Amino acid sequence: MTDPQPQSAVSIRDVVRHFGRFAALRGITADFAPGKLYVLLGENGAGKSTLLRVIAGLLAPSRGSVRVLGSSNIRAVATRFGYMGHAPLLYDEMSALENLDYFAALYGITDRARCEQAIRTVGLDPSLERRVGQYSQGMRQRISLARAIVHSPELLFLDEPFSNVDLRSARQMTTLLAKMRDQGTTIFVVTHQAALMEPVADECIVLDAGRLVAREPGIPARLLSPYSVEERDALRDETLRRDSRENAEASQ
Amino acid sequence: MTSAPSLWAITRRSLVKDLRLEWRSKDAINSMLFFALLVVVIFSFGFDPTAEESRKIAGGLLWVAILFATVVALNQTWTREIRNQVMDAYRLSPAPPQALFLSKTIGNFIFVSILEVLMVPLFVVFYNLRSVGPVWQLLVVALLATWALVVNGTFFAALSIRTRSREIMLPLILFPISIPALLAMVDATTSILTGDNSPIFWMRLLAVYDLVFTTVSLVLFEPVLNAE
Amino acid sequence: MKILFKSCLVLTALLLGYGFCQAMYIAPTEATMGDVQRIFYYHLPSAWVAFLLFFINFLASVWYLIRRNVAADALALASAEVGVSFCTIVLITGPIWARPIWGIWWTWDARLTSTLVLWLIYVSYLVLRHYASGGQVPVLAAALGIFGFVDVPIVYMAIRWFRTQHPQPVIGGGQGSGLDPTMWHAVLWNLAAFAMLAFMFVWVRYKQAIVEHELEEAHAQASLDYETEGAQ
Repeated sequence: MTDPQPQSAVSIRDVVRHFGRFAALRGITADFAPGKLYVLLGENGAGKSTLLRVIAGLLAPSRGSVRVLGSSNIRAVATRFGYMGHAPLLYDEMSALENLDYFAALYGITDRARCEQAIRTVGLDPSLERRVGQYSQGMRQRISLARAIVHSPELLFLDEPFSNVDLRSARQMTTLLAKMRDQGTTIFVVTHQAALMEPVADECIVLDAGRLVAREPGIPARLLSPYSVEERDALRDETLRRDSRENAEASQ
Repeated sequence: MTSAPSLWAITRRSLVKDLRLEWRSKDAINSMLFFALLVVVIFSFGFDPTAEESRKIAGGLLWVAILFATVVALNQTWTREIRNQVMDAYRLSPAPPQALFLSKTIGNFIFVSILEVLMVPLFVVFYNLRSVGPVWQLLVVALLATWALVVNGTFFAALSIRTRSREIMLPLILFPISIPALLAMVDATTSILTGDNSPIFWMRLLAVYDLVFTTVSLVLFEPVLNAE
Repeated sequence: MKILFKSCLVLTALLLGYGFCQAMYIAPTEATMGDVQRIFYYHLPSAWVAFLLFFINFLASVWYLIRRNVAADALALASAEVGVSFCTIVLITGPIWARPIWGIWWTWDARLTSTLVLWLIYVSYLVLRHYASGGQVPVLAAALGIFGFVDVPIVYMAIRWFRTQHPQPVIGGGQGSGLDPTMWHAVLWNLAAFAMLAFMFVWVRYKQAIVEHELEEAHAQASLDYETEGAQ
């Protein structure tokens, strides 16, 4: 087994994960340098969320090894990373600040001001008494992000942070992530909205059927659109043909 | 830099959070109280004893009634943590898993005690009960017995949420292991009420049971929490 | 391995046969109960074997939680299933014995009641194994297995005390009490026979569980390899 590069934030070797007979991850090996924003792309079922859960320690790999922040025991570095799941990971019957107070306490943080600051950072008002269950999806995702960063982690995992989120909230979260990356945080984002991440992504990692198939700087154009280049060209030609036909008919 | 969270601090925090959430939603406590009342009334229709007989069977009836009400309560314990996958957030944090278990157990202990405070007077009234033995002994038995039910119940509720048919799974795995504790609490209560025998052995047995299973639960909770 | 298995099988058959002779012909007829008492030579060894198997389940559960290997889990499953089977034999032979002697099917005597509770605990263990899904089954089952076995001494203590407070007829007259020395031969030979029988059952079931697991692994590996070929 090759040694992980000494400066890697995350190192994975030959990670395999089965669910019964279904292989969700089929042997993934990669090193990730710190201080960058990585975007994980791929079809549904490609294994992006599974990979994130394995790295974050929520799921044990069936085979292979993971090293996070230089340690193979994720528990030892629990205070140094944050995770935002696909589900909100919040209590619906409590307000935003109450939620954050509780989860911050799990990290040993008893300073309320830090919780308020985290809520402000994601663009919401900490004094809002409304229960999180009554929030819009955009607000709920933002509080979920606040929960993930309240303990100022140096490593951040985000699983579909923009699903069903309004554009304004999504852009605001993106700007925040870029700012955190600039301050040295390593960030992994799993998303279907590649276009949103394109301005800020350092690297994109493409998964297909549980394998890592591509790894490129930024997000290349062909990955921004759900269509392949050929399909786009065909669509464009079809549209042009139809337009010219309609023009011809209209002028008759 | 943050300080490492201590077991008791997290336990207290989680307990306060649970109590607050329960107070806000009130769904568990209300349904449990009503269920407890129903159980007492139905038992009274089923068994219509004279005063002398009632002292002999009241111990058994009361604890069986409390057992059924407890199972209804326990099933709700972990539901809130599963919703929105909140438990993941706990697992990711450096907080010790034992704190989560303790907070749930103590919370359940409080709930079941509230149920007992409702059910016991009803039983006393419906069965015209009067205790021959000292009442403080009944209190000790009640405390030990409630903890016995709740400590295993909370652990097994955590096991059963990961199964299909989780509502029926909890009583299925809880009842057999609780049999010695049930025997102890029923016979101790009967002994005290009738004054026929000494309940001391049973109280010791319950104390041993509580100690042993609290320890085993605390040790085994972490692998169960992280099983996936 | 096959030779070893076959010779053990032969040995088991021989022991069972000899044990039968001991129990039915060689051992003297009991004074008060007559020939019905002979069922005791199957009742008692079954109880001891069941207990031994549940102890093995406990060890396997602990081993699994420490090492997380498949063999431990397979052994836990096998020993629980065979243990429940032998426990069932105890619960059936008890009433068969009690009915002609006392005219009742069941007495809540200490040993029989304890065996019933044991049976309930391990049946609930098997139910949990059946209803849990996925990779968590071994961990959850191991936890329950440990709980169950830790409960066993408490069960025995509780029921024994309960019986001294509220006495009832005892099946078997207590362990070893009033047993003629020649009867002990029959007990021990049948104990050896049943222990071998249990050993054979556990061996087969264990192997079966291992093969099942290997089959799953092979399927998963095949899906891994299939995709490799597809991508190229």
